[in-house]
Amino acid sequence: MKPPPFQYHDPKTLAEAVGLLGTLDNAKLLAGGQSLMPMLNMRFVLPDHVIDLNLVEGMAGIKETDGVLEIGAMTRQRELEFSDLVAAKCPLLHQALMHVGHRQTRNRGTIGGSLCHLDPAAELVTVCMAHDATIAVAGPGGTREIAFADFPAGYLTPAIELNEIVTAIRIPVWPAGHKAAFIEFSRRHGDFAIVSAAALLQIDGGRITRASLTIGGVAVAPVRATEVEQAIVGQAPTSELFAKVCESCRSFEAMADIHASAEYRQHLAVVLARRALEKAADLADNAPWNRAH
Amino acid sequence: MNARMLIGQPVHRAEDSRFLKGAGRFVDDLAREGMLHAVVLRSAVAHGRIRGIDATAARAMPGVHAVITAADISAALGNVPVIPLRLANLPEFKGYLQPVVAGDKVRYVGEPIAVVVAETQCIAEDALDKIAVDIERLPALPDRHAAAADASLLFEAAGSNRAVRYEAKFGDADAVFAKAEYTRKEKFRCHRLTGLPLETRGQIAEWDKDKKRLTVFGATKVLFFNRRTLAPMLGITEADIDMIEVDVGGGFGVKGEFYPEDFLIPFVARTVGRPVKWIEDRREHLVATNHSREVDCELEIACRRDGTILAMRGHITADMGAYIRTNGGVVPAKAAQFLPGPYRIRDVGLTVEAFVTSKTPVGTLRAPGRFEANFFRERLLDIVAADLGLDVMDFRRKNLIQETELPFATGKLVPYEPETDFDTGDYHVTFERAVAEIGWDQNKALNGKLVDGRYRGLAAVPFVESGGSGKENSRLVIEKDGTVSVYVGSSVLGQGLETTLAQVAADTLKLPFEAIKILHGSTTYLKEGFGTFASRSMVVGGCAVMDGCNNLLAAIRVAARERLGFPNEEIEIADGVVAAGGKRAGLTEFAGLEVEGSFSTTTRTYSYGAHACHVAVDPRTGHVDILDYVAIEDVGVAINPHIVHGQAIGALVQGLGGVFLDQIMYDRDAQMLNASLADYLVPLATDFANVRAITMELRRSKTNPLGAKGAGEGGMVAVAATIANAVAAALKPLGVEVCDLPLSPARLWGLVNGASLARKS
Amino acid sequence: MSNKIDLTLNINGQDHAVSVEPRKTLVDAIREDCALTGTHIGCEHGVCGACTVIVGGEAVRSCLMFAVQAQGKPIRTVEGLASGKTLHPLQRSFMAHHGLQCGFCTPGFLMLAVNTLEKNPAIGDEELLDVLSSNLCRCTGYQNIILAVKAAREDMRTKEEAVAG
Repeated sequence: MKPPPFQYHDPKTLAEAVGLLGTLDNAKLLAGGQSLMPMLNMRFVLPDHVIDLNLVEGMAGIKETDGVLEIGAMTRQRELEFSDLVAAKCPLLHQALMHVGHRQTRNRGTIGGSLCHLDPAAELVTVCMAHDATIAVAGPGGTREIAFADFPAGYLTPAIELNEIVTAIRIPVWPAGHKAAFIEFSRRHGDFAIVSAAALLQIDGGRITRASLTIGGVAVAPVRATEVEQAIVGQAPTSELFAKVCESCRSFEAMADIHASAEYRQHLAVVLARRALEKAADLADNAPWNRAH
Repeated sequence: MNARMLIGQPVHRAEDSRFLKGAGRFVDDLAREGMLHAVVLRSAVAHGRIRGIDATAARAMPGVHAVITAADISAALGNVPVIPLRLANLPEFKGYLQPVVAGDKVRYVGEPIAVVVAETQCIAEDALDKIAVDIERLPALPDRHAAAADASLLFEAAGSNRAVRYEAKFGDADAVFAKAEYTRKEKFRCHRLTGLPLETRGQIAEWDKDKKRLTVFGATKVLFFNRRTLAPMLGITEADIDMIEVDVGGGFGVKGEFYPEDFLIPFVARTVGRPVKWIEDRREHLVATNHSREVDCELEIACRRDGTILAMRGHITADMGAYIRTNGGVVPAKAAQFLPGPYRIRDVGLTVEAFVTSKTPVGTLRAPGRFEANFFRERLLDIVAADLGLDVMDFRRKNLIQETELPFATGKLVPYEPETDFDTGDYHVTFERAVAEIGWDQNKALNGKLVDGRYRGLAAVPFVESGGSGKENSRLVIEKDGTVSVYVGSSVLGQGLETTLAQVAADTLKLPFEAIKILHGSTTYLKEGFGTFASRSMVVGGCAVMDGCNNLLAAIRVAARERLGFPNEEIEIADGVVAAGGKRAGLTEFAGLEVEGSFSTTTRTYSYGAHACHVAVDPRTGHVDILDYVAIEDVGVAINPHIVHGQAIGALVQGLGGVFLDQIMYDRDAQMLNASLADYLVPLATDFANVRAITMELRRSKTNPLGAKGAGEGGMVAVAATIANAVAAALKPLGVEVCDLPLSPARLWGLVNGASLARKS
Repeated sequence: MSNKIDLTLNINGQDHAVSVEPRKTLVDAIREDCALTGTHIGCEHGVCGACTVIVGGEAVRSCLMFAVQAQGKPIRTVEGLASGKTLHPLQRSFMAHHGLQCGFCTPGFLMLAVNTLEKNPAIGDEELLDVLSSNLCRCTGYQNIILAVKAAREDMRTKEEAVAG
């Protein structure tokens, strides 16, 4: 199980990387390697060129400007996990990171790499969908931004051109005091979720004034439960309300694989949607799924 | 035996120091001068006829030394050898043996088709991608039902996909069933999984052209048998082959059997005239190394209404995969044998059927057949108890064999084994301990209750388990420095024998632990050895060492008198000093003294015990949390309690993986769907934290002077039975029964959902 | 395309000049080109953790990095853990608590645990379990590995306090 032969390139600047990507045939970008390396070792991908982004300057870092958290694509998941800024401004991302692989894989894994791999159950993909993030890309023609809703083009396929590189992720921050909950159901700790749920709530005067609910792992890309979001805004958060409205998640189009049938996924979508909303609204009871993380 | 000092002590392991420093020597850590690397081209088609193999492009690549196919082997040897049976040697299996490489047909995905030898593994893999194989597809046989239809035959010459059908009985079950006041029949199923040692298989074969001798590094488990198998295949004698055991990264039954590569790599090494290394990669491992456990059972019980079990009938049907491998037949045979379990059942009727399918062949996996049989029986017992309105524990107590009834004849339930009796033990003591440890009396009211959104369930089940028979040899040599080298035919796959056998030797010779060196496995050490399987190494290996030690003591006494003029009176030997009547000599004066030892028994030991657990089931997701699990086992004598406990916990967690996680899945084309560790799931540190093991030393075995019973599998045998009964107890209010493994969340949710749909309609 | 790259790997404080194809993974370079075979290969797809080493201060799976990417970064492997004949507290603790059986996963667990305890000697039980769940062991059922790491944590913490005091 050894990688196929390829030529290795280690550009130091983004311009150099974009230049290489634009001119080399059958090239593959290497970020943290936690998804690409297994595929190379198994020869599922056979690139002629590997362009390593790890030495490109200026592609990592976390900062907040005007209510937007900007994260360099090459920022390690571990940096995000230990970032006070992330914990304070984007608690959903902070919670979700605890489920991304294991600490050891987070030491190498990057946010950009995870988003470009675009596993349907990847936690960071779900968070970006929940937060209406935008993706900044650079290509030969310059830079552009992609709304995250438009980013997944299909299964494991981001909507970027072959000659474009994701450079940053911009996450609009919710107002201070908002509530967030990320929960997932996976076979084992650290595995990709079978189904995950990300809930963001703004509660003012005992009423929900703003809501975001995203279900990951059910379809080829995470889906926003817009029906639920609309139904709960203006309402007081109660378990009864959440139980009732989350039933609509059963109608999501769902994938089937060796771990779960479509029907089971749809059922889990309902269960996790409700549990995520309850947890975000501090309604969670003493059940064990409400304790960890 | 004299006062013991080390036996029974949690001595730190002698082998740990090298492993902790990264100085272990596993086969992939070895490199030989001029060594080349081999990779195996495997079938991507489950069942088909090979029309042609074109390796021209691969052979032409720089750095490629050879591409070997069945045609090359036939040309060199006149035939393509087949792999013989080691255990469960039933004549019916003869037509279903595996050739060392596919010639005319392929019968499972992963079957070897060719071997590429090159300068590096990278180059070998590059070349492998360039070999074109033309296979005419034949209908795949993805399960035993497809196989039973015989619409497509895996072995045309055999005429049937059913490799064997036999009956075994004890008493007259049919007569009892005919007049029983209560009978109950249920169908159960155990899924396919594998042992997954963290180190995959591998070896280095080296052919000495001048001496015409072969050396194989990385052999394990049954090295002498494998040498005996390999020699005639290559047309050489056993004496021409050295099998060398180096450190082994776990076996669990699957590693060390004779596989196709155990012929192919020596063959290619002789062909190219250079040492050749082959290390199985993890994807290969999942399709090439033995699978196990895929067994169905129709089980029937006859009882009095008061709960007295009268008779049992069982029909075991096994999916053997594409070939009957060295020990594949053990799996269904033992699944049948252990159906009656530790209960007083005098009339037993068993039927065993084994089918070949177009999947990876099966072999033994830790607690083969026992894991399955206990699950089948104990599930049925709970169903029966509910039918008859009996307390599940009282029902078991009533039928559990009493110590006064031992030895208890179990008849000849295995066609290739003699009749055996359960030997010694008090099955009630371990059972009651398990019942008490889990807090049955206080907690039984929780059964089926929702607590914090989860259903609680408890269970406790007893088991009896066989192991430890056959023969083993040892050889002892006093070294120049007065230490003793102990050579033994037992093989080490991580179970700490370098420590436990040294404890036995040190105590018997009255020497300090450090004065003993255990050397194991390799064929260079002994004239004949028998290896490690079925929890036998302490029983037969330990006793062979003990016998060798006693022979050494006798030889020292003779030498002291004859050579050193010791007086003709009692000679004391202790702490390396030989003394009698004022004369003393150190062991160094006996350097070079060499003796042999051996131990042999045809009677198996029967360790026994009980498992109990307390679970919580989330009905909305199907997830099961283990709140408490305890495994109790009487091992007779625990030579090293630390190691015995480690074996128990390790087996238990591995068993829990087999209940909830480990599962090999195939589609209708018999393509394996989860041949990576991302999809073949084994337990992590976070999965089963709340498990306990209690080792008891209640009754020594009478079959061997150590009094030991097997201890490697007791943590595994009753896991499926215990968990399944606890989960079934938890979900009882929903009206579902648990009859199929694994208990994956999807399956449990499916049961819950099915029941709720049934209620609604 | 088998153009080799010359590079220097600094392992346990020692420089190793090697010439490798770019496709060579770090674990293969450590084992084959630097002859340090204590680091093991269990899956080559980043799941088992047997190949865990510390690169630039972080525990990583060395099957998921190319050797060329480790250039210029200090690498630590199991061979560098003991100082001379004195075992590292973690090594001693694994022995005392029977934290290993076949020993194949052990170097990976040791490097993962040493990196974790060095970064945070006061790490809590739950977080520690979370970190240790990234590596596979098939023999021990993990119980004694967890016990050994916890005991080493106390040991290392006591030593630090002694030094500080």
